[in-house]
Amino acid sequence: MPSQYPIDPSRTDLAREFMANPMGPHSAALQRIVTRMRDTEAAGRYVLVTRVPYKEWGLAQLSGQRGVDLTLLEDQVFTSIEDAERAVFKLRWELITGAPLGLD
Amino acid sequence: MLEKKIAGYSDEISVAPGERIRFMVSCEPGIDRYQADIVRLISGDRQPGGPGYRDELLSTPVSGEYPGRTQETYCGSYAVVPHGPAFAGLNDLSLQAAIFPTLPSLRRACLISKLDVGAGRGFALWTDPADGLVLQLGDGAGGLQEFALGLPFVAREWYLVSATYDVASGEVRLRQQLLDAYARDTSSGEARHTSEGTTVVGCDAPLLIAAASREEARGKPIGEMIFNGRIERPVVASRALERSEIEALRSDAVPLALRADICAAWDFARAIETDDIIDISPNRAHGQLINLPIRAVRGSSWTGEELNFRHAPDQYAAIHFLDDSLYDCEWEADFELEVPADTPSGLYAARLTAGDQEDHITFVVRPPRDRATASLALLIPTASYMAYGNSRGGIEFGAELHGNRLAVIGPEDRYLNRHPEYGNSMYDNHNDGTGVCYSSRLRPLINIRPTHHWLWQLSADMHLVEWLEAQAIPFDVITDEDMHQDGVSLLERYSCVMTCSHPEYYSTPMWDAVHAFTQRGGRLMYMGGNGFYWRVAYRDDKPGAMEMRRTEDGSRSWASEPGEYYMAFSGEYGGLWWRAGRTPQSLVGNGFIAQGFDHSSYFRRTPDSHDPRAAFIFEGVDDEIIGDFGLIGNGAAGLELDSASRGYGTPPHALTVATSEQHTDAYIRVNEDIGHMLLAIGGQDDPQVHADVVFFETPHGGAVFSTGSIGWSSALFHNHHDNNVSRITRNVLDRFLDTTPFA
Repeated sequence: MPSQYPIDPSRTDLAREFMANPMGPHSAALQRIVTRMRDTEAAGRYVLVTRVPYKEWGLAQLSGQRGVDLTLLEDQVFTSIEDAERAVFKLRWELITGAPLGLD
Repeated sequence: MLEKKIAGYSDEISVAPGERIRFMVSCEPGIDRYQADIVRLISGDRQPGGPGYRDELLSTPVSGEYPGRTQETYCGSYAVVPHGPAFAGLNDLSLQAAIFPTLPSLRRACLISKLDVGAGRGFALWTDPADGLVLQLGDGAGGLQEFALGLPFVAREWYLVSATYDVASGEVRLRQQLLDAYARDTSSGEARHTSEGTTVVGCDAPLLIAAASREEARGKPIGEMIFNGRIERPVVASRALERSEIEALRSDAVPLALRADICAAWDFARAIETDDIIDISPNRAHGQLINLPIRAVRGSSWTGEELNFRHAPDQYAAIHFLDDSLYDCEWEADFELEVPADTPSGLYAARLTAGDQEDHITFVVRPPRDRATASLALLIPTASYMAYGNSRGGIEFGAELHGNRLAVIGPEDRYLNRHPEYGNSMYDNHNDGTGVCYSSRLRPLINIRPTHHWLWQLSADMHLVEWLEAQAIPFDVITDEDMHQDGVSLLERYSCVMTCSHPEYYSTPMWDAVHAFTQRGGRLMYMGGNGFYWRVAYRDDKPGAMEMRRTEDGSRSWASEPGEYYMAFSGEYGGLWWRAGRTPQSLVGNGFIAQGFDHSSYFRRTPDSHDPRAAFIFEGVDDEIIGDFGLIGNGAAGLELDSASRGYGTPPHALTVATSEQHTDAYIRVNEDIGHMLLAIGGQDDPQVHADVVFFETPHGGAVFSTGSIGWSSALFHNHHDNNVSRITRNVLDRFLDTTPFA
């Protein structure tokens, strides 16, 4: 069973905190959200795949099965780990709350 | 995108000058040639801000181009019994065993086979996902007759299964009986069939247990359709036995009245600490196990009254076979090195390169076997390398909560995932969910490489190697296996022995050697965290293999089954050394207390650090804060942390000279130190979550210095080695190399 900790979609202040410092350490309230987001099933879990060591990463989803390769999301390429974390945070925010993260 | 396509291993991990070491290499298609060189490893961490990769070429005849080729690996465990008189003239037949299938729904899997498939001769007994027990008999014309029981097995339950065949009547009887008692059991039953046409039961193929085979490689049958699960007391008889006779053969000696009819009855309770399977029938048709199936596991009659297989072997009369276990890849050697007589002791590698491809088959050149060539020895933790070797956690589940960040999957991880046949680490589970309790270095260990992006074990230890090389202090390099074999006599040649960053796995001879060294005046620098934690065993007749049981406690990715805490290799109680009364704190002053993998922290000096006994440690260091920098998590106090504890055995006179603080909530105390579960478990709430730097003197003028953190060595490089972690480490090393006894 996945984590049940609820994410309040009105807490965009926590989302802003993440965007400002995606690698943490986070406030306790933000870490609860991040923990919820990271605690997913292995199958389909987002991971970063090295495209150029220490320089460029692609987003992928794990198969969750030994011997079965991950699935690359070809349009998602990052030149910083921080940007990748931000992108996945947005994806998961929408997945869990049902609404896209609007910070503008 | 970079893809890894080349990997190899060596037959030895530590060789002395003048000795030989062979290297085996396999290339995926597209790598037709590769360059091989022998290099001394200087530095490995390629991350921005790190020291980068550096090596020194050793001039040897190895240097040159070699043809790339793909070498096959045959994983999976089974038993082979050579064809012999025991199986001559078979017509009527009985096969039986107690079985505990762990993956019956995966595919058809073989329990016992003696098949010449091409000729259509012989027999095989299978488990089938839909039909349960299935018997095949050769038709003598290139085909097989097949008889199925028709009821699928339930996973992880014991059954007595049997199949009999009477030529005269043509009757085939199949039976599978659940040995436990459940209401509404639908998996037990019998079936009777009548064979039509010719059968040829005899053949001269070898008999296999837990596998079938169509061909041989490297002098033995290749196991296929391997059974996942436990088999106990398999029996082959030369007539169709009655049910009462089958029951009588389940255990104990073969009844006298049946001996004339028994071809073989293997008692897996015998010779548990070996690869032998013993036939207790008069035929003595013994066999050999391939690829390390698990022994010393509970059989169908285990009662729970006895927990040690040596005390009640009959209750441990099962062997757990696995379709993904592996001892030795048995590849052909690509090249061989005779280590030149003047080669300095050090950490070396066979460096393989081909275009953008590379691999480093890392090995140690120890000093000549009769002497040391320096006052300092760096002890490479090859046991721990083997435990972590081929860890699949990254690509299989991402370990995102471990790191509190997205997992990064490198080409090495994807390569490993393409090669499940290279076997698992001791942190993984077998395909059937069973924890991996054996490891071997006779296979490519993909993550045990000096440049691996996961800075852990060898790749992290390269920080220490880089620092030592920069200090221009001569040092020998020795390994766990050397110490296991040679004992304290190896260590006693040195003024100071230095560990690497995470020497977690220790055999009894290794533990004894380190302990005796410290007690006889030796100086030990324990340069890491979570050391001396799990007990492991080697087996003299199985070089390169190691066993470990994850028993009742400890930070662990799986747990051994109850009653399976004693190691088959040695008979010793496995698990945490703490549970054997030998705590890390008693050996080195601190022991594993917490772990986390996001941000590392720093140490603060304590009042103990101003004790005159500790003055040499801090000479030239005015800072109160130590190690607020580093290449792993940006701090010297990181990953796995050890703290001092009188209660766990820290010597009463030990000085805790620095303590870490402000760990994140991703750092959590080890479960074996948790009694009641309380809300305050993370680094921000739990004061136990910290590392202690410990110093104490030992009898006869010796001393121990323990850094308390895996992350310590990652801080040595900061500011070109001009930093307080480097200075403290150098201060301690200088004093430990000074033979003036500690008071």
